[in-house]
Amino acid sequence: MLIIKKLAQLVVAVILVTLFASLLLEFLPGDAADVLAPSASDQQREQIREDIGLHDSFPVRYTRWLGNFVTGDFGNYYTVSSKRPVADRLWDALPVSLLLMLYAQVVALVIAIPVAVLAAYRKDTWFDRLTNVSAFAMLAVPNFALGFILQYYLGVKLGWFKSSGYARITENPVEHFQYMILPTITLAVGQVAVYQRLLRTDMIATLREDFILMAKAKGLKAKRILFRHALKPSSLTLLTVAGLNVGTLIGGALIVEVVFSLPGMGLLIFEAISRRQIVAFQSMIAVVAILYILVNFIVDLLYTVLDPRIRRTDAE
Amino acid sequence: MSANEQNFDGAKGDEVDVSSAAAEPSRSHGIPGAKTLLDVRDIRTHFRTPRGVLKAVDGVSFTLERGRTLGVVGESGSGKSVLSRSIMRLLPKSNTIHSGEVLFEGRDLSGLTESELRGLWGNEISMIFQDPMTALNPVMKIGPQITESLRLHLDMSKGEARETAVALLRAVRIPEPEKRFNGYPHEMSGGMRQRIVIAVALACGPRLLFADEPTTALDVTVQAQILDLLAEQQRERYMAMVLVTHDLGVVASRADEIAVMYAGRIVERAPTKELFANLKMPYTESLLAAIPRLDQPSHSRLEAIGGRPPDLVNPPTGCPFSPRCPYARERCTQETPQLVTVDGHDGHEFACFYPVGSPETEERRVEIATRKGAA
Ligand SMILES: Nc1ncnc2c1ncn2[C@@H]1O[C@H](COP(=O)(O)OP(=O)(O)OP(=O)(O)O)[C@@H](O)[C@H]1O
Ligand code: SF4
Ligand SMILES: [Mg+2]
Repeated sequence: MLIIKKLAQLVVAVILVTLFASLLLEFLPGDAADVLAPSASDQQREQIREDIGLHDSFPVRYTRWLGNFVTGDFGNYYTVSSKRPVADRLWDALPVSLLLMLYAQVVALVIAIPVAVLAAYRKDTWFDRLTNVSAFAMLAVPNFALGFILQYYLGVKLGWFKSSGYARITENPVEHFQYMILPTITLAVGQVAVYQRLLRTDMIATLREDFILMAKAKGLKAKRILFRHALKPSSLTLLTVAGLNVGTLIGGALIVEVVFSLPGMGLLIFEAISRRQIVAFQSMIAVVAILYILVNFIVDLLYTVLDPRIRRTDAE
Repeated sequence: MSANEQNFDGAKGDEVDVSSAAAEPSRSHGIPGAKTLLDVRDIRTHFRTPRGVLKAVDGVSFTLERGRTLGVVGESGSGKSVLSRSIMRLLPKSNTIHSGEVLFEGRDLSGLTESELRGLWGNEISMIFQDPMTALNPVMKIGPQITESLRLHLDMSKGEARETAVALLRAVRIPEPEKRFNGYPHEMSGGMRQRIVIAVALACGPRLLFADEPTTALDVTVQAQILDLLAEQQRERYMAMVLVTHDLGVVASRADEIAVMYAGRIVERAPTKELFANLKMPYTESLLAAIPRLDQPSHSRLEAIGGRPPDLVNPPTGCPFSPRCPYARERCTQETPQLVTVDGHDGHEFACFYPVGSPETEERRVEIATRKGAA
């Protein structure tokens, strides 16, 4: 039942998102064929128009794209002299973005959770205040600015990490991480601040609960009370936000990928917009939307693991 | 684990066998011959608050013998919970000021380190909380909530702890204990949850149990069952209990001795029979008048005493009960009465200048009655 409901949601969301995105492109001035292949001959341009069906009305084009997309045909990506299936580029780019977001998410949580737990436990001490101030500082710095700063100092000047480009993890794992470290940090910093603040607030509330005093009265050590008793019931908001944040992360990844020339979805979409790749753009946005909804679905499932009470309300 | 904690475990090891404790009658404990388990000497617990120093407990002394029950009675805010938590040293350190001595089996708890205290908590001294709906971790299965102290204090293996926990669940009369072991608290009623809380508290076979209003949040019918269960377990384990309540009726038949608290102090203390036969404090008298009847909703009980409990940051001068006491006279607002022993009744103390039964109170009682009649 839940699956069917989610699936229906998925379909509606993909249609709405792609419809809206393509309408935006539609309203850009100028002839798409001119932007797609500025130096092509009139004949070639006519060919391209024919190819993507620019002569047809918007609804016709949109439904045609949708039909193709559903059957796995994502359209072509045009360059000056050639065209390549979008799917090819997509399968290259998608893992890069997914890995970047995964690393950023993991790094952010791994740093934020212990810091938040300790800050809540040591509320109003210097540690708590210091982490609070740093969180605000982290939030105040925009992604791209931090990206440029890290790239310049740690990448170019000190040369500790690679500052632009990419290597696949399957081909060269060491280089892969050298390329990914700076983009990951750039993307993670803002999340650390958000997660840290959220979890700290919820932890402080949980630590006031009777069952925490009861755990203490059992003689348990602080570490066990914090991580075994308090963390799980405090992490529902964190999990929701981490899930919702995937949207923000996608936006952030786009910028970070452009800064560090990482060949991921962000860079691809960025290119697709600037080159008016209508069909490619639609397909890529649709893939991102599907991803986004899938992640939220997984988050929903995780909820019931974290809080058994939710499982019950669902059943009733 | 520190050397000290190991000591506690070692000292207990040969005499505590929890798996059979439920069925075993009284056992000998600790120092042979020493009957006094807990000796509380003039403890004061003050909190630093934004409004000033709040004197939640202000000079309380009593002793408790092994296997006996002390009922602590008082209105909401009189310091009962703070008293129990002060004795256990469970209060947050940041804004609490402690003084006085708490001797548990002759050892002063106020001198112990946090890790030494942890060796006692849940092991030799346990606590039951007022609201079973909030006292259990909602996202943790019931089993581990019981086994964790067994594994910690008694070094049990997973299997042993599980068996012991199931036996405990059975002892507190949880139906289908094996199944409940893997269940969550939200699947159970309040009464059942309080049984679980009791099982958790009893797990390691403590010698002292603080039951802080164990039945206040429960239905009247369930209250009696839980109190009976506590009494039965206490007898079987030869465990001393401090039974905290705001309901004199609850302790009337279950405590050996009763201490009445008002504004952070004990204002009357006596063996239960003696107290009811010969009560001295006007405040105790008001509490007695306020015992809820089964047919009344539990809220009505506190309204029976007119006026509000004193502000513990700026307590009134003189007797703290004077603003509400029907027998108050000028002296009551100027001097603070100290605990005195009733002549010829060793063990009965009260803190009042004009106790119930004295000529002054009788005179006043007549006055009040005439005024009522005239109106
Ligand atoms: N951590 C704390 N910081 C400051 N004040 C506190 C703290 N804990 C308790 N108090 C205050 O101490 C006083 C006594 O509280 P306590 O909880 O002991 O009352 P009680 O007799 O248990 O009442 P109840 O029947 O409502 O449980 C109250 O005025 C309360 O506000
Ligand atoms: S000392 Fe006075 S005010 Fe206090 S309880 Fe006795 S009679 Fe009442
Ligand atoms: Mg209380």
